[in-house]
Amino acid sequence: MALLQISEPGEATAPHQHRLAAGIDLGTTNSLVAGVRSGVADTLPDSEGHHLLPSVVRYLATGEHQVGTAAMQQAASDPLNTVISVKRFMGRGVDDVKSLGSVLPYEFVAGESGMPLIRTAAGDRSPVQVSADILDELRQRAEQTLGGELAGVVITVPAYFDDAQRQATKDAGRLAGLNVLRLLNEPTAAAVAYGLDSGADGIIAVYDLGGGTFDISILRLNQGVFEVMATAGDTALGGDDMDHVIATWVMEQAGLGDDPDHGLQRRLLLNACAAKEALTDSEQVDIVVEIEDGRKWQGTLTRQRMDELIEPLLRKTLGPCRRALRDADLDAADIREVIMVGGSTRVLKVRTMVGEFFGREPLVDIDPDKVVAAGAAIQADVLAGNKPEDAMLLLDVIPLSLGVETMGGLTEKIIPRNTTIPVSRAQEFTTYKDGQTAMALHVVQGERELVDDCRSLARFELRDIPPMTAGAARIRVTYQVDADGLLSVTAEEQTSGVKAHIEVKPSYGLSDNEIEGMLRDSMDHAEDDMKVRRLREQQVEADRVLEALQAAMQQDADSLLGSEERSAIERAAGELAASRKGSDYRAIKAAIEKLESVSTTYVDRRMNANIQKVMAGHAVDEFK
Amino acid sequence: MSSTLTQNYFELFSLPQQYVLEHADLDARYRELQRTVHPDRYASASDQERRFSMQQATHINEAYQVLKDPLRRGRYLLELRGHAVEDQQTTHQDPEFLMQQIEFREALAGIRQQDDPLQALDRLAREIQAQYRTLESELAQALDAGEEFEPAVTLVLKMQYFMRLQNEVQELEADLEDELF
Repeated sequence: MALLQISEPGEATAPHQHRLAAGIDLGTTNSLVAGVRSGVADTLPDSEGHHLLPSVVRYLATGEHQVGTAAMQQAASDPLNTVISVKRFMGRGVDDVKSLGSVLPYEFVAGESGMPLIRTAAGDRSPVQVSADILDELRQRAEQTLGGELAGVVITVPAYFDDAQRQATKDAGRLAGLNVLRLLNEPTAAAVAYGLDSGADGIIAVYDLGGGTFDISILRLNQGVFEVMATAGDTALGGDDMDHVIATWVMEQAGLGDDPDHGLQRRLLLNACAAKEALTDSEQVDIVVEIEDGRKWQGTLTRQRMDELIEPLLRKTLGPCRRALRDADLDAADIREVIMVGGSTRVLKVRTMVGEFFGREPLVDIDPDKVVAAGAAIQADVLAGNKPEDAMLLLDVIPLSLGVETMGGLTEKIIPRNTTIPVSRAQEFTTYKDGQTAMALHVVQGERELVDDCRSLARFELRDIPPMTAGAARIRVTYQVDADGLLSVTAEEQTSGVKAHIEVKPSYGLSDNEIEGMLRDSMDHAEDDMKVRRLREQQVEADRVLEALQAAMQQDADSLLGSEERSAIERAAGELAASRKGSDYRAIKAAIEKLESVSTTYVDRRMNANIQKVMAGHAVDEFK
Repeated sequence: MSSTLTQNYFELFSLPQQYVLEHADLDARYRELQRTVHPDRYASASDQERRFSMQQATHINEAYQVLKDPLRRGRYLLELRGHAVEDQQTTHQDPEFLMQQIEFREALAGIRQQDDPLQALDRLAREIQAQYRTLESELAQALDAGEEFEPAVTLVLKMQYFMRLQNEVQELEADLEDELF
């Protein structure tokens, strides 16, 4: 039988082969990578046994870089070249970053597309590149520990990340050479890690306070389905801010001016952070700061004083909690469990405040630093295809409304926040001038009525509209958000069929060409390496297509395909299998496209048949 | 076999084409359908299958949102029966109803002057909610037992007024909470 020729013995196309997958928590302060081994999800340590990788990259004049602890140790002595908390800059424009400027030592320059670049001894680096360097380090760790190339990863993002921040994160993954199976919201990942342990259904809240971001998510668990009901948060609020208020307090106590040099600033922050951590176990802590020329300041910070200092920050997290409950149409009393996530929830004051708000003791069973990565690893394992049929399913939402600018600088919402993804919505617009042949579209995200108060995601134009009287054209704008929460927008004039389509690339994001250019630059033998890489990519895709097809046809080719259709598909599959053996990536790509076009109807029929099958049990007799 | 993308939402969920529905069935079938088509099921599949899966999952999400919501379900049923209700359409002159709306709006505008605005708002929200529920059961009657479509259209339009009121109540509640806490 022809089908059997598709799979070569010993090749990667063998079904049921376990694919290596990892979950990555790309954090503001620390990052982690986790994998599922022998059915247990756990974070992976480095060769010295450390699980947490400080999210710090130091760039050296030689062009090399250090990641993690080695970089962090030089943070105080080499502040300008040591990038910390880069997550705060992801998907942000130069102006946004400058508004964070007072507390950051870096020198920013504007890149070509308005993306902020950090000036380092090794050259200018975008936040995406810095994040890619962190991801690359984690990838190496995972591949060494798990013993092979990763088939795919799940990278977590704060639930409240907007489209630009998500896109930047996904770009960083690609730049690090990773196959990003999914971007997963951090609170959802944590719920997965907890949910599978307890296995009980009900409504849970996940309170996630990290180094630089805050998220609250309300989820409904039902027999392995995790349905996010609402999410809210603040992408610029976290443990770093606690460090800053403590550092400011130290400066006041020590009689220091408002403008410490970069090195002192860094020392103050490190001291503040250490003091905060110590106060989880102690009632008070001594702080010693080296000011200059060996001069030192010494003082004592009590837990009570710290609680007073950080209370205004913590209060700011309760607003989003109330909003998420309101959006989910629930009261605090409806919540069955509250899960604590993120290193900052180790601060006792956070726990008591959250406990009071929800009226129940929050769960802290799983290490709040590791729980997100563990959940991501479970999801990665499922997505890589290592789990049986009835595995869990995550249904997430978009955190912020997506809209379009209308007359007078106002926002018209097209998809409201907390809508389950994937989702697609369309809205019709018209021309306002006689003979108007183009229309500018400005895509924005946020809850505010004025466009200027929302985040600008992209601008594009629909051209070549046939001239008509004002109001006669019918321009249908469609927003599609995929399962990663990423947006693409299509505009079409209905009477003429003129179309425009964009993947929303943030105004200060990277184009595909830029990413490819960076990938090329990062390789020693650019030209050759790119070819090898492309070939490898196409081979992987070819294997995936063939394997999926083979599995499908074994199931239902007999019932869904006529003999002619079947032999056409088998012929195309045979051609793909043949070109897969060669070294011409273009030929493989063409063969994949051909097979896909030949099997379009079959794939469509299968999906419909599956749906009919699931619903079949409910039919007829239930119609009253 | 008809494509699931062209089936109406009731057919897609194998539910009888009527207003009153069993929410537990709807929720359970929604989960079953998503288990079958969701992009997570196809994360390692070909690009083509992933596209199809996203289309289907998008379609099922939309269908679920419409069927779940009392107002959208009502509008959708009317649309299926050839009586689409336009967004901008207003209700026929019903002085009593309009008067009631004006009273609710005045009450809403006066909330901030109350001694305990949040509590007053909560009371108002409950009243609005109760009115909305009443309209909902009248709509069920009109759509599932009535012969004429006009009463159903009127009820849908009235529910739209209340929906807007509810949204404004929620916005005010959010503002008040942000100011108070």
